[in-house]
Amino acid sequence: MSETMYEIQNLHLSFKDMANKRIFQPAPVVEVLKGLSFNIAKGGVVGIVGGSGSGKSTLGRAMVRLLEPSAGIIRFQGRDITHLNEETLRPMRRKFQMIFQDPMSSLNPRRTVFAIIAAPLRLHKFDRVEGRVEEALDMVGLPRNFQNRYPHELSGGQRQRVGIARSIATEPAFILADEIVSGLDVSSQAQVLNLLEQLVRDLDLTLAFISHDLSVVRRLCQHTIVLHQGQIIEAQQTSKLFDNPKTAYARELIDAIPLPNLDQHWL
Amino acid sequence: MSFLTINNLTAHVGKLPILRDVSLSVKAGEVYGLVGESGAGKSMIGKAVLGILPLAIEATGGEIILDGVDLQKLPANQRRQIIGAKTALIPQDPLTALNPSRRVGVQITNRLVDILGWTKSDAEHRALDLLVEVHINDPERVMLCYPHELSGGMRQRLLIAAAFAAEPQLIIADEPTTALDVTVQKQILRLIKEMQARYGTALLFVTHDLGVVSKVCQKVLVLYDGLVLEQATVENFFTGPQHPYSKALLETTPKYTNPTGNLTPIPLHVLEGVHRQVAAYDRMKNYV
Repeated sequence: MSETMYEIQNLHLSFKDMANKRIFQPAPVVEVLKGLSFNIAKGGVVGIVGGSGSGKSTLGRAMVRLLEPSAGIIRFQGRDITHLNEETLRPMRRKFQMIFQDPMSSLNPRRTVFAIIAAPLRLHKFDRVEGRVEEALDMVGLPRNFQNRYPHELSGGQRQRVGIARSIATEPAFILADEIVSGLDVSSQAQVLNLLEQLVRDLDLTLAFISHDLSVVRRLCQHTIVLHQGQIIEAQQTSKLFDNPKTAYARELIDAIPLPNLDQHWL
Repeated sequence: MSFLTINNLTAHVGKLPILRDVSLSVKAGEVYGLVGESGAGKSMIGKAVLGILPLAIEATGGEIILDGVDLQKLPANQRRQIIGAKTALIPQDPLTALNPSRRVGVQITNRLVDILGWTKSDAEHRALDLLVEVHINDPERVMLCYPHELSGGMRQRLLIAAAFAAEPQLIIADEPTTALDVTVQKQILRLIKEMQARYGTALLFVTHDLGVVSKVCQKVLVLYDGLVLEQATVENFFTGPQHPYSKALLETTPKYTNPTGNLTPIPLHVLEGVHRQVAAYDRMKNYV
């Protein structure tokens, strides 16, 4: 537990606001992440929560370097990856993988499940690709004959399993899961969460779990980071956060969850 | 006296049944929750009432009685008039429900002008009042905005305002908060409840979130594959659900107050039981 997987110091990220750009003038800059610092220990499961627009997905995308930060440092397994170019980064990418929110748009509809899972394996020049695809399918609990199916032939939960299979196929050390259960029914949500928990245990993974559903985060994550308008307003053990949130915003987030019970005073 | 009664509503896609003898009745001023997993047909009930079923789906049987009038017996234009005057819809996704190329003010008033024959200035006054009622601070400015200039919560408020504009007696809310984050969801639920109490509107509330049902509804109906598994008052449902599927659905809903409890998916034997129930129904109706 003592080893750190991710070290993030004073991370800033801004976008150019092209919608409000005046002609012949530089575009105004919107700062989405305003100086975030935290560490993720090896083997940890960290929840990243916040309302919409709080910057949680942007943070995730910066961590797996789909976005380049404008300032600050991101260290992955001790190595500074903040401003590495794509070419240097590519061989490292197999160590940090991502599962996307919407499997319908992150799985190519024209390719079979096999081709989808095999693509990163081929890219990273793995040997015995067929065998690895089958192992990945076994691990996520999908039958091997699903290899020949197309994404539209699968249910939402099965599609999300394919996304998980693709991310674990390259034997990563870290996985970022961005709202991966928010589009699913509660029953498939429970299945996917159980699967994720088991994979973290079996494959010795470190997981960052982005979600707006605090009930799920409470169930899955040991530590939780609460984002609000691009800043970390609270970061602590999940159980402590729920029992005794330090900030009013965290309290509000927790209180806003409708529990399935008869509480007339909630609204 | 019930305002909306649905008797044995059945719908098919080709030969495949989508709704299997759904019956329910909503009293005036009552909030009635329809729950089920995706594909259960809960949205289709609402669409059948509004007469906006997708073309591939055909209502093949049963009656929909709105305020004492059997809708299917009426000619299409009269049916449209009645549905337009007495009901309204709060849709799931406010961005697709609003026309992106028109200012939002017009989109609230055009229904009043076109269907109910109000004058334009009356409709505009009404719209301004409504925006205040849904807690929008600067209604004049918002009326002139385009949908993309507003946040998700603002857009959903506008659609709520539009739904209540003509003071309908029944509103069909089709997953109105699914696209919103939790704090905004709470505000919107509070707003819907507040407006519903003020106008005494009956609500048919379609959702997959049992937490939301427990907070806003008085009655609940559980649907699976178009078959009604359980109908109960919210008190009875949340203290002791009768159908094994309802029980499993409640158990699989994550609760932050019970973090150590295992998150159990709906067990296979429960699903098999439900499938048997659906198959038995189909045999009875000679669908198979």
